[in-house]
Amino acid sequence: MDIHNYEKLWLVLAMVMIVGFISTTTYGATALGIEMISDDEETIDPNALDEDPRFSEPRVEQVGENEYEAYVVARQFVFEPDPITVPANSTVTFYITSADVIHGFEVVGTNANTMVIPGEVATLTVEPNEPGEYGILCNEYCGGGHHVMEGKLVVEPEAEFDRGEADE
Amino acid sequence: MSDALEAGASTFVDQFPAESKVVRAALWSSFLSLALGAVFGIIQSLHRTDVLRVFESADYYTILTAHGVLMVVSFTIFFLVGLFTWAVVRSLDRPVENIRYTWTWYGLMVTGSLMAVIAILGGFVDSTSLSADVLFTFYAPLQAHPLFYGGLAIFLIGTWLAGADWFRSWWAWKQDNPDERIPLQTFMVLVTMLMWYIASIGITIAVVGFLLPWSLGLIDQVNPLLTRTLFWFWGHPVVYFWLMPAYLLWYTVLPKIAGGRLFSDPLARVVFVLFLLLSTPVGIHHQYLDPGIADGFKFIAMTNTMFLLLPSLLTAFTVVASVEHGARQRGGTGLFGWLRALPWRDPAFTGMMLAGLMFAAGGFSGMINAGLNINYLVHNTLWVPGHFHLTVGTAVALTFMAATYWLWPQLTNRRLYSRPIGLAQVVLWFVGMALMSNAMHVAGLLGVPRRTAEPQYEGFAFEPMFGSIAELDIQLAVGGTILFVSTLLFVVNIALSSGTPRVSGLSSSLPPALSGPNDAPQVLDNIKLWFGIAFVLVILAYTLPLASIVSRGGLLGPGGDAFPMIAAPIKSTLTPILSVSVEWLGGLVA
Repeated sequence: MDIHNYEKLWLVLAMVMIVGFISTTTYGATALGIEMISDDEETIDPNALDEDPRFSEPRVEQVGENEYEAYVVARQFVFEPDPITVPANSTVTFYITSADVIHGFEVVGTNANTMVIPGEVATLTVEPNEPGEYGILCNEYCGGGHHVMEGKLVVEPEAEFDRGEADE
Repeated sequence: MSDALEAGASTFVDQFPAESKVVRAALWSSFLSLALGAVFGIIQSLHRTDVLRVFESADYYTILTAHGVLMVVSFTIFFLVGLFTWAVVRSLDRPVENIRYTWTWYGLMVTGSLMAVIAILGGFVDSTSLSADVLFTFYAPLQAHPLFYGGLAIFLIGTWLAGADWFRSWWAWKQDNPDERIPLQTFMVLVTMLMWYIASIGITIAVVGFLLPWSLGLIDQVNPLLTRTLFWFWGHPVVYFWLMPAYLLWYTVLPKIAGGRLFSDPLARVVFVLFLLLSTPVGIHHQYLDPGIADGFKFIAMTNTMFLLLPSLLTAFTVVASVEHGARQRGGTGLFGWLRALPWRDPAFTGMMLAGLMFAAGGFSGMINAGLNINYLVHNTLWVPGHFHLTVGTAVALTFMAATYWLWPQLTNRRLYSRPIGLAQVVLWFVGMALMSNAMHVAGLLGVPRRTAEPQYEGFAFEPMFGSIAELDIQLAVGGTILFVSTLLFVVNIALSSGTPRVSGLSSSLPPALSGPNDAPQVLDNIKLWFGIAFVLVILAYTLPLASIVSRGGLLGPGGDAFPMIAAPIKSTLTPILSVSVEWLGGLVA
């Protein structure tokens, strides 16, 4: 087969670019430790969430010195709990599941983003540093009221968060 | 190939009047879908930017479903079957084997799409259980009326029979021409259809195996992750099903319009074979953010996806080289001066070139989508529709419209009603899409979601780095309006062309490539081999992920109900019939 020299050069450059893309993505996934949504959790019956110790009462729970777990339920057309309040300078692992259809869970302006599929539990870990408020929105069509489905992530200064805990 | 056609003595319709009729019918089905889809398109672009809200926001999703299905199922695939019928008949220079069979598959496709569209439009009527507000992706447990799934199934069967028609033509031709290479256009059609058959496995299992019986109430629940994964098994290769007819036009028609000929026939074949091999084992890249699929499978899908860039990069080279060759044949000189020698006043040429230019931009935003980690920032944001309005919405759609300006006279023996309107139309499309798609990409980076009627929230606001959300909204709405005007100009121009007088001498021949088929290694034409390899690759890519999903959640899922619950009334009418027939059968056995 007759291939023009320029075309051979183009072919080589294209392959170099492709391998480059794969390398940078791999670097991001391994060396930088950007975690991916995976299949860590067992499946769950979306009709029996009220029997599940994590999701019967959606909440934030302290599990280590500076570690928290947030159990979040997405349902037409709310997130529970709302707001989700966590302390600054901590590590928070979200466990998110759906009580009905497929939803999305997107912390606006960040890469904390996952699909929420009934029957599956999505896990993602974030390390909020600065106190502040972030919007949460559903980014997968979930029915006629999809556009009103929103929530809030409140990152409180540590002292304030501890006071709030003590009050309860 | 026909001497008469090649010499330009007679048009396609002169030689194949019966086939021309089928091709015209398919193209009209395509253009009507485009026009209706565009009406829903402009309603959306004005609604979500809050410029004009004619419908209630809950109805936005009915409109969005109709826009998606009409554009990417009816418009694109009806055009494909028309174009492929033309390409096979023309390049083999023989009529279809049985024209009644050809009309049969066309009829099935029409029936199927009417069923689906009726089910979708039923969403506007509250008094009926008819509804399919499930969007183009119909993710369970959102549930559509059975008419929707049934329509999809019948439409798919129509496309399979169409493929069989073209294989049959090729087989008959091969008996008469045992030693010849498969003509390039027929080769492209056959390889594309092999890809389609493999891709269809996923959606057939999802629709016929799960969703249709579920919507009829025969099974109570499905596994949402499984049906979703089966959807994307088909949902990525379908992207190439839209794109391959555009590639066929870029390879075989564009060089001719530019005044030259294709640079390399063998490399065109290589590109199509690469698409057959690589376009299916990548669907999981649409599911990077899905819980329940191991990150390792996502990583494999990512690497496969990156290699899928190769055939498109090769195409960019070949198309530009062929156009440059054409320009130099027309007297163009200089490093870039040859660009001036091209036929920019021809809407067919300018449209296809602008489509190719936007495809380059769409290719780059696609590479970003494919990047596993950066995808977290843009997944399900407005960035994604921004991307695919450049690819299917321009590279494909604008190429189809532009090519129609060249093809239509040869199917009708009538001149185009107006070439200047045609030229304005393709330029308007480019301008409108540049505005709309740019606004979508920027808004997506800010986190503005796709698929929503009102991207305005109570508890927070999106914060642009520069400019404002209001400016982006205006850009999107103006772009969407220009695109709507452009669509109308196209459809009206083609419709008015049937009023121009019949003339002769409109034929336009397609010259063979500079480096012809005989330079290609024989193995390239061994389509059985490529089909086999493609099939093995799909088995390798999907067996483990699917097995894992089923073993985790069960074939029919870990539980959960259907939404909306329209299965209830249907089930209540169906159950008595079923129980009666079961009793009757029981009586027979006893």
